[in-house]
Amino acid sequence: MWRLEPRSDAPLIWQFATPVLAVLATMLTGAVLFGLMGYDPFGAIRTIFWDPLFGASAGYSRPQLLVKAGPLILIACGLAVGFRAGIWNIGAEGQFIIGGITGAAVGLAAYPAEGWWIFPAMIVAGAAGGWAWGMIPALLRNWFGASEILVSLMLVYVAEKIAAWMAFGPMRNPEGFGMPGSRNLTQYPSAANPELIAGTGIHWGTIAALIAVVAVWVLISRHLRGLQIRAAGEAPRAARFGGVKPSALVAFCLGLSGALAGLAGLFEAAGPAGQITDGFGVGYGFTAIIVAFLGRLHPVGIVLGGLLMALTYIGGDIAQMMMQLPSATVQVFQGMMLFYLLGFDLLTRYRIRRRPA
Amino acid sequence: MSENAIFRAEGLSKTYPGVKANDNITFSVTEGCIHALLGENGAGKSTLVKTIYGLVRPDEGRMWLGGQAFAPADPHAARAAGVGLVFQHFSLFDAMSVAENIALGLDNPPPRRELAERIATISRDYGLPLNPNRLIADLSAGERQRVEIIRALLGHPRLLIMDEPTSVLTPQEAEILFATLRQLAGAGTSILYISHKLDEIRTHCDRATILRGGRVVDSCNPRDHTARELAAMMVGGEMRDIDRSGRRPGEVLLQVRDLSLAPLSIDGTSLKSLSLDLRAGEVLAIGGVAGNGQEELLSALSGEITSAPGTIALEGQDMSRLGPVARRRAGLLAAPEDRLGHAAVPGFSLVENALLTAAPRQDLAPGGMIRRAAARSFTERVIAEFDVRTPGPDTAASALSGGNLQKFVIGREVLQDPHVLVVNQPTWGVDAGAAAAIRQALLNLAAGGAGVIVISQDLEELLELGDRFCALNEGRLSDPRPTDGLSLDEIGLMLGGAHGMEAAHVAA
Repeated sequence: MWRLEPRSDAPLIWQFATPVLAVLATMLTGAVLFGLMGYDPFGAIRTIFWDPLFGASAGYSRPQLLVKAGPLILIACGLAVGFRAGIWNIGAEGQFIIGGITGAAVGLAAYPAEGWWIFPAMIVAGAAGGWAWGMIPALLRNWFGASEILVSLMLVYVAEKIAAWMAFGPMRNPEGFGMPGSRNLTQYPSAANPELIAGTGIHWGTIAALIAVVAVWVLISRHLRGLQIRAAGEAPRAARFGGVKPSALVAFCLGLSGALAGLAGLFEAAGPAGQITDGFGVGYGFTAIIVAFLGRLHPVGIVLGGLLMALTYIGGDIAQMMMQLPSATVQVFQGMMLFYLLGFDLLTRYRIRRRPA
Repeated sequence: MSENAIFRAEGLSKTYPGVKANDNITFSVTEGCIHALLGENGAGKSTLVKTIYGLVRPDEGRMWLGGQAFAPADPHAARAAGVGLVFQHFSLFDAMSVAENIALGLDNPPPRRELAERIATISRDYGLPLNPNRLIADLSAGERQRVEIIRALLGHPRLLIMDEPTSVLTPQEAEILFATLRQLAGAGTSILYISHKLDEIRTHCDRATILRGGRVVDSCNPRDHTARELAAMMVGGEMRDIDRSGRRPGEVLLQVRDLSLAPLSIDGTSLKSLSLDLRAGEVLAIGGVAGNGQEELLSALSGEITSAPGTIALEGQDMSRLGPVARRRAGLLAAPEDRLGHAAVPGFSLVENALLTAAPRQDLAPGGMIRRAAARSFTERVIAEFDVRTPGPDTAASALSGGNLQKFVIGREVLQDPHVLVVNQPTWGVDAGAAAAIRQALLNLAAGGAGVIVISQDLEELLELGDRFCALNEGRLSDPRPTDGLSLDEIGLMLGGAHGMEAAHVAA
C-alpha cells in the first residue's frame, strides 16, 4: 500500500520552482504525446512555446499575447482573492459572459448617440453584471448553505444560454441581414475598446488588468482586509475571532471576482471580440483558474502565469494552422499544466512511502 | 531495581540546528510504575517522548524495552513493540467520528462493530464516557483527549506515555484517571507521565525524572519533596510567589443578564439564562469541565456570536449585537482556549497574528491600511514583556512551543489595555514558569482596575486567581462564592461531582 507522509521540511524555493517544473514537464509530456501521434515532437513544442514570440509571424502573434493575457490576469486576480479565503468561485466564465452582455447592452442601447460617457458607463455596467452574477452563489451560500463551487459552475451554462438568446434575440444586429450576433462595437467609436498603441495589443482591458494586479497586491499584503482573507482561508475560527463575518467575506470575494470577470467580459466584447455572439465565452474564465494557481495566488505570479497561458493559446493556434495539430491541443496543454502543478505541489509537501499492507 | 526496568534509555542525545534538545539522557522506568517526566517547555521532554515513540531518531544513545534493544524506525514499530502515546496536541480528524479516528490510529483495526464494542468496554472500565459515533469536530478539548487515551489503551501498551493528560479534567475525573492508571500499573503496564502539575505528580507518581535544558538534572521519589522543591529543580531556581495584592473591587464593568444561546455545534451546550456581574479590579473565576458551555460563553462575550439585545453590557453600553471589532474598540477583549486555529492563525507570523486582534485598539491599520512598523513594534513589545521565546516577530505562530504561543496570545490582549478581559484556559499545557507569568499578568491587569474573567478547568489556578468563583455546568452558571475559604471538595460538588461519571466502574 502506498501512502503520503507529510514532509517536515518544505523549502521555500519549491514555491517558485514547482510552476517552472510543471511547465517543463508539460512540454516533455506534450513532446512525447505528439511523437506518438506521428508529429515532429520538437517542432511542435517550438511552434507552441517559441514561434509566437520569436518565430516568423511573431509580429502578428506578439500583440496577441497581451490581448489574451489581459482578461486572464484580470479574472485570475479576483479569483486569487477568493481562493485565498477558501471561497471557490469556479464560475468566472459565466460572470465574464454576463459582464460582456450587460456592458455591451449599455453601448447598444446608446447607439447611435456619441458621447464621452458611453464607454465609462459600459465599464460600470460590465462590472455590475459580473458582480450580480457572482452574488447569486454568494447569497445562496449565505442563505441556504449551498456550495458556491457547484452553483457558480452551473451558472456558467445558464450564462452561455443567455448569450445565445441575446445573440439570436434581443441583441441581434438589425442591420446584420439576420445573422446572429450583436452590432460590432468596434465600429461604434463611443463604445469601442480599441488598441491604444498600435502593434502592442494593449487596450483598456490590459490597463485594467495592471490596475487590478497592483490593487490586489495592496489588498493582500498591505490591507487589513487582505490579512483577514488569508486568515479565513487558513483558520476560519481565528478569522472570526479577528472580526471577520463569514457571510460578508463570501459576498465580498464572490462579488469582487465576479466584478473583475465582468469587466474582462466587457473589454472583450467591446474590443477583441467586438460583439456578443452565441459563442462569446471562449474559456478565459476557466483558464484563469489555472493562471491563479500557476501564479501561486500572488499578483506578480499571476502576471507571469497569464502570459504563459496566453502563449499556449496562441502557440496552439499556430500549431493547428502550421502542423495540423488537433484543436484540443491547447486544452490538453492547459490541463496537463494544472495537473503537474498540483502534483508537484503535493510532492513538495508530502513524500510517498510504501507501507506493508 | 534496574533488573525489572521495562524501559531504559542510555546516553540519548539529539541536536537540532542551534539547540541541543537532548543531551546524554539516561533513565529507566520500572515495570508497573508511574514515572513522572518533569521539565519546563524547552527542557527536552517532547524530543525525548518523540524519540521513544519513533518519531525522532537520536544522534547518540541506546534504548531498551522489556530487555530487548529498542530502536523504533517509526511510530508503527514503536507501537508494535508496546509503546502507547497520548499526545498533548490532538492528532484527530475533525470530519470523522470517534470510532473512525480510533480505527485510523490502529495498525490492524478490527471490524467496525467489534471496535465499537471494544471502545465501549474500555471507556466504561476506565471511566472515560464517549459515544463512538460522534464527530470529533463537535467534541470539546476534554472529550478529544478521551479519544486519544482510549486509542492508546486499545493497543495494550507495555509503556504508556501520557503528555499532560489531566489538564482538562476536573479533580474527580482526574482521580478516576489516576485510578485507571493505577489499575494499569498494577497489571504491569508502566506509565511515563508528563505533567506540570506538581501536586498531582507528588500524589500519584512513584518516580520522577527532572529535565532542564535537555539534560537529566535530578531523579527522585516525588513524595519525598514539596511542590516548591520540585519546581525549583525544574526551573533551577526559586519559584516566584504570586502577588495578589493591590486589588480593590470598583463599580460594575460588565453586566450579563439572562444570556441564553443555542449550542455552537450539535453536541455543544446551550447557555441557559446566564447572569453575572464583573467589577473593576476583580477576577471572576469560572470553573467547569470543557463542553459545559465554556466555548459558547467565550464566543458570546468576544462577539463571535451575538446574543439577544440587552444581555451583555460593558460600562452601561449594550454590546449584545456588536461584533468582535466593535467590542474590542469598547474595551471588551478575549483570549480563547484553542491557541492554534482560534486565538492565532498557525501559518501567520506573530506580527500578522498581532494585527488580527490588536489592529482596532492599537490603531495598527487606520482606514484598513496596515502600519507595518507600528504592528512590528507592538509585537516586539508583547515578545519582550511576556518573555515569548521566539527567533523573532516574523516567526510563524505554529513554530512556537505551546507555552510561548500562549504567552504571546495573552500578552497580545493584556497589552491592549482592556477594560474587561475574558480568558479561557489561560495556562493549559503551559509549563510552571510560563503559567506563573501569565497568572501574574492577569492579576496585575486586575490590580490596574480592569475586570478579568478566567474560565478554566484547573481549579487550583481558579482559586489562586479568583476573588469569586462560580461553576459552569451544562450551560448554567452557579451563584458566585468568594474564593477565600472555598475548598477543592466544595468546588467539586459545585461542578456536579465527577460530571457524567456516575456510571463509571473503578473496581480494582
